Amino acid sequence: MQSAFTPPSGKISQINGQCISLIGNDIDTDRIIPARFLKCVDFDSLGESVFEDDRKTLKGKHPFDLKENKKASILIVNSNFGCGSSREHAPQALMRWGIKAIIGESFADIFYSNCIAIGIPCFTLPKNSIQKIQKYEDNKFLFLEIDLKNSIAKSKDLNFNLEIKESSRKMFLSGEWDATSTLLANENLIENKLNDLPYLKFNNHLL
Amino acid sequence: MSQDTLFDKVWDLHKVSNLPGGSDQIFIGLHLIHEVTSPQAFGALKDKNLKVKFPNRTVATVDHIVPTDNQSRPFKDNLAEQMISTLEKNCLQHKIRFFNIGSGNQGIVHVVAPELGLTQPGMTIACGDSHTSTHGAFGSIAFGIGTSQVRDVLATQTIAMNKLKVRQIWCENQLSNGVYAKDLVLHIINKLGVKAGVGFAYEFAGPAINALSMEERMTICNMSIEGGARCGYINPDEKTYSYLKNKLCAPKNEHWNKALAWWKSLKSDENSIYDDVVKLDASKIEPTVTWGITPGQSVGINQQIPLLDDLSPNDKLVAEEAYEYMSFKPGQSIKNTPVEVCFIGSCTNGRISDLRVATEVLKGKKVSKNVKAFVVPGSEQVASEAKQEGLDKIFKDSGFQWREPGCSMCLAMNSDKLIGNQVSASSSNRNFKGRQGSPSGRTLLMSPAMVAAAAINGKVSDVREFIN
Ligand code: SF4
Repeated sequence: MQSAFTPPSGKISQINGQCISLIGNDIDTDRIIPARFLKCVDFDSLGESVFEDDRKTLKGKHPFDLKENKKASILIVNSNFGCGSSREHAPQALMRWGIKAIIGESFADIFYSNCIAIGIPCFTLPKNSIQKIQKYEDNKFLFLEIDLKNSIAKSKDLNFNLEIKESSRKMFLSGEWDATSTLLANENLIENKLNDLPYLKFNNHLL
Repeated sequence: MSQDTLFDKVWDLHKVSNLPGGSDQIFIGLHLIHEVTSPQAFGALKDKNLKVKFPNRTVATVDHIVPTDNQSRPFKDNLAEQMISTLEKNCLQHKIRFFNIGSGNQGIVHVVAPELGLTQPGMTIACGDSHTSTHGAFGSIAFGIGTSQVRDVLATQTIAMNKLKVRQIWCENQLSNGVYAKDLVLHIINKLGVKAGVGFAYEFAGPAINALSMEERMTICNMSIEGGARCGYINPDEKTYSYLKNKLCAPKNEHWNKALAWWKSLKSDENSIYDDVVKLDASKIEPTVTWGITPGQSVGINQQIPLLDDLSPNDKLVAEEAYEYMSFKPGQSIKNTPVEVCFIGSCTNGRISDLRVATEVLKGKKVSKNVKAFVVPGSEQVASEAKQEGLDKIFKDSGFQWREPGCSMCLAMNSDKLIGNQVSASSSNRNFKGRQGSPSGRTLLMSPAMVAAAAINGKVSDVREFIN
């Protein structure tokens, strides 16, 4: 686990790092961060509890406990990663452990948008490419250089064309993934919409 | 690309702008918050020096962490107390309406908003909770969001989102006796898979859906997310309008007529275009029980846990993990599996109709000696209605513990937890590893009627043997 945590900010166009593989489909957010760790009013201490129950079960053999993965920052997963609860605590815990990007076969919708919202790009690759990485990782370290501009990842001996939603890619490159200010820039349009919506007129007791 | 579906209409109506990256800025008509996913969002507002833009479009309640045995304050659990008081403070400071414990209207956020009439057709609804899809039962477009998006809704009343595709799930015929909405939705998730809905909104339609009550429709939409669909909805009809009539926050008098006229104009056109259509026959569905660690791993009560060879290559990996975690053998029947804990509650099946169905099974019977059974009403309103009808008494007489409203053992953030590798029969929505509070606890999802039957027999049973 990396000690001093600084959240990402601004433009994100390049992520270089060591990969860490986690094998399994449908790994849900309850597993990424069990519910008891949701009793908190900030995200600060979540990093050490990521995958807590899975790690306890594997008694030191979980990828997140292996010494050689300590500095890893690119997580490699299989399909439907992050399904289940909307808890942003899940990507927050991964990020605070040290994860900066995720590459997988597929992601659950809410998990994906949570990652984008906090500055973790999620890329997809076909199953065989993911398996290739996971196999490679069995006996060697894999350092990947991810280039968001061209959506590619390369290492000494592997090259991949990554898929990412075009809107997400653009937001990372422009630094607008932290959406609040972009949304607020349309303040007038928001006011107009409020006045236009039919149901706000007959629900005006709420306003 | 879908066209002229209810989803398209509501989306277009709420679209504020095209964002530079290509996603849409969507106005959120109703924002619901609770204690678990909101504190960091309020914290972020403070850091950014922002205010809540339209405090009247956000409504709060407390559900996830509340104890259900003793709700007197301060809570015994310091962290839980800290979370509820943070929410109280934030609501007070930002002038957000808060239905707190004792207000008569507290409860699970997805139970409370519909019963208050806050949830209405044609709205966009967001909440920092994945089961926000529940509200789609009213023909609203409702989806779960994370904490950063909660922050965005508080600050701007909008979020950035890519439009979803629309899949219609057409349910032919009717459910048979002893088969409920929960069985239908478990069946759908089993047939389509837990990730088929990624990138989609699910429109549930057809005779079997039309025949469902509003509460049953909520059960269906609630579990859309377990099929991967962030949003599920049903076109509104007479049942929708009459459910809403006279609810606390529903439009009144001349407003009601205007609302009704508008709601009636809201549905998918007859010749609307879907990105995908799936058809199934509801009359063929049996009471359904999960055997694994995802809500898609279910079988009919008279079926066997599938053999590895019966599964598609994609499902094998999780199936192997599930056999091991659940200690089930492939080919074993699910019926007669011993259960140790029975839980009736949650935003899927903690409504008054769920309690009624369960008491019909329990009336005059006793819970097995080997079972710890408890019922957690979904809200204070559900609890008080149940008491008026004497349902609490039927539960207690049978050996169920009658609790105060909250999420409770659906996610086990309070003190209700499985111990060790106990097996629970649960009316909730998730059977993930460790979901009910013990890292090795095992959850079998089923309808509340089936939970009641399991409680009596101390093992998974076919509820039809009790009601026919
Ligand atoms: S009842 Fe369960 S699923 Fe529903 S909101 Fe509460 S914890 Fe989430």
